[in-house]
Amino acid sequence: MLILDNIPALLVAIPLLASAVVSLLPSARIAWGFAFFTTLICLYMAFELVGIISSTQALSYAFGGWEPPWGIVFVLDSANVYLVLLVAFVSVIATLYAYTMLAREIAVEDLPKAYAVWLLAIASLFGLAMTGDAFNLFVFLEISALSSITLIALGAGQDRRALLAAYNYLIIGAIGATFYVIGVGYLYAATGSLNLIDITDRLNELGTNQAAITGLAFMLAGIMVKAGVFPVHIWLPAAYSYAPSAVSSLLAAVATKVAIYYFARLLFGIFIDITQLVDFFLLYILMPVSVLAIFYGTIAAIYQSDFKRLFALSSIAQIGYITFAFSLNSHSGISAGFIHIINHALIKGALFMAVGIFALGIGSRATMSSMQGVGRQMPITFAGFVLAGLALIGVPLTAGFISKLYLFKAIFETGNGFYVALIALSSVLSVLYLWKIFEVMWLKEPVQPLKIDKEPASAYLPVWLMVGVIMIFGVYSGEVISSGIGAANALIGAR
Amino acid sequence: MSINLIVLYWNYIIVIMLMMAGLYIIISNQNFIKKLVGLSIFQSSVFIFYISLGKVSGGTAPILTGIEDTVYSNPLPHVLILTAIVVGVATNALGLALVVRIQEAFKSIEEHKLLALKKEDGLKDIQIEDSKEDSAV
Repeated sequence: MLILDNIPALLVAIPLLASAVVSLLPSARIAWGFAFFTTLICLYMAFELVGIISSTQALSYAFGGWEPPWGIVFVLDSANVYLVLLVAFVSVIATLYAYTMLAREIAVEDLPKAYAVWLLAIASLFGLAMTGDAFNLFVFLEISALSSITLIALGAGQDRRALLAAYNYLIIGAIGATFYVIGVGYLYAATGSLNLIDITDRLNELGTNQAAITGLAFMLAGIMVKAGVFPVHIWLPAAYSYAPSAVSSLLAAVATKVAIYYFARLLFGIFIDITQLVDFFLLYILMPVSVLAIFYGTIAAIYQSDFKRLFALSSIAQIGYITFAFSLNSHSGISAGFIHIINHALIKGALFMAVGIFALGIGSRATMSSMQGVGRQMPITFAGFVLAGLALIGVPLTAGFISKLYLFKAIFETGNGFYVALIALSSVLSVLYLWKIFEVMWLKEPVQPLKIDKEPASAYLPVWLMVGVIMIFGVYSGEVISSGIGAANALIGAR
Repeated sequence: MSINLIVLYWNYIIVIMLMMAGLYIIISNQNFIKKLVGLSIFQSSVFIFYISLGKVSGGTAPILTGIEDTVYSNPLPHVLILTAIVVGVATNALGLALVVRIQEAFKSIEEHKLLALKKEDGLKDIQIEDSKEDSAV
């Protein structure tokens, strides 16, 4: 089967080629149809991949028949195949959502080009999730950064501050990516290889190597910028809050998650020979930083009144939960981190989509003062929004509960009650900002009529699709949990 | 550091100097175009780092000549840097395009002026803007 054998390459190649075609299409509607069809094909291929991986465990795709370690490979195992599926699923839903929302936020003549960049971003995310080559990853990192920056800058039609946000992301992102390249250079100098699996083997032969450790430090620093990990997150709140809402939902859902996945792969999958240093990094650097991220993000969100910025800040806290789970440095910790990657992507995607619809309804930015009573005026979207909000807190019967449950389980294994208290406290704090939103949107009287007749079905349908998946994963959580455990198995071996 | 070490590794010393100069320009300059210039210098230093890695003293270009015991330089870092240069050009082009749009939208590309502008014409950071409104409510 020619097509089935080449799925890893096609997952990147099809959106890449489609993006070139879409940019030439004359009509926005045709361009959207083409883009949506492309994402559907990607979703189908991602499902095929999951099927292949569940029967063969791991897949290595060598480009052009150049066997690793010489050629570029795409590696798929149970750590990243669900990530690929997540990217494919979210991109289908976000493209569906973009049909109404992107058209109202940017100029009609720009739409085909916007969809071209949109597909480019999706292609780069697939590439990031699958590549097994350190330098190839840099290339995808930059495609993803440049396309995201362009998409964020498209928000300038609504609010000119989008341009400043995009510029800041460009500068900080480029510094991060260059740090990553320096790291790859050190690693290449130490091992003479760029293939991640080959690097591991060679490092095990070399033993402790100063250049390799320096390289690891540079690479991790670069990836942390892209992932929005706490001290280097500063580009994230402005970028998410001024981007068009369809773009915010796509980026917030999957762009940082892919970087986080690679962060975990670097930490646990590659540098086996310097376990002591990695342990030190996890315990004394990543863990305190994650706790700071959780509290900074949550408390800043409580005092924030702009909805998009609020959820961007809450994203920083949620990324903090994921890195905190990783920093526990145990099998169950890594599983909890991967479970939360999937659940948080769905939850935050749904929340950003709903906020975009509210902003469309009132015709201005969604803030605490402008959103009074809007929940009553847009009940269908608001219901989905509330369910996603409950999932963000971690209420039982939602996917967020499963994340928190496994996080607590991982913490209990370490036997440290202090962390349990910290995470519980931060969950309670996150209730505060969501209650504030609920109070403003539902308990106050509407102050102004809506700018649109009724809620656009093509906009709230994607929100409800996401919320539906969140609720299903809250009850039938077996798939998500086994994907998290599978990821941990692939990274540090089965326990 | 002995003189010998400096002579032996002078290219790496230059790489570090350029890298720090580039980073300093990005951090210290207010002008958005100068920041991009700093970014270019920063990226170029990494290119030189890679090219230094690939050089084998006395080595030639890796072309099979049939002569035995020829020493070749490592071509792979050069190829990688060719890719990285393209990426760097794309980043700079996008950055400059954004600067043009910023100039059109704000009539300035100086960071401190843009911050002052935000305070003057009510284009304050949302956080400040809305906290006032909230206290009024």
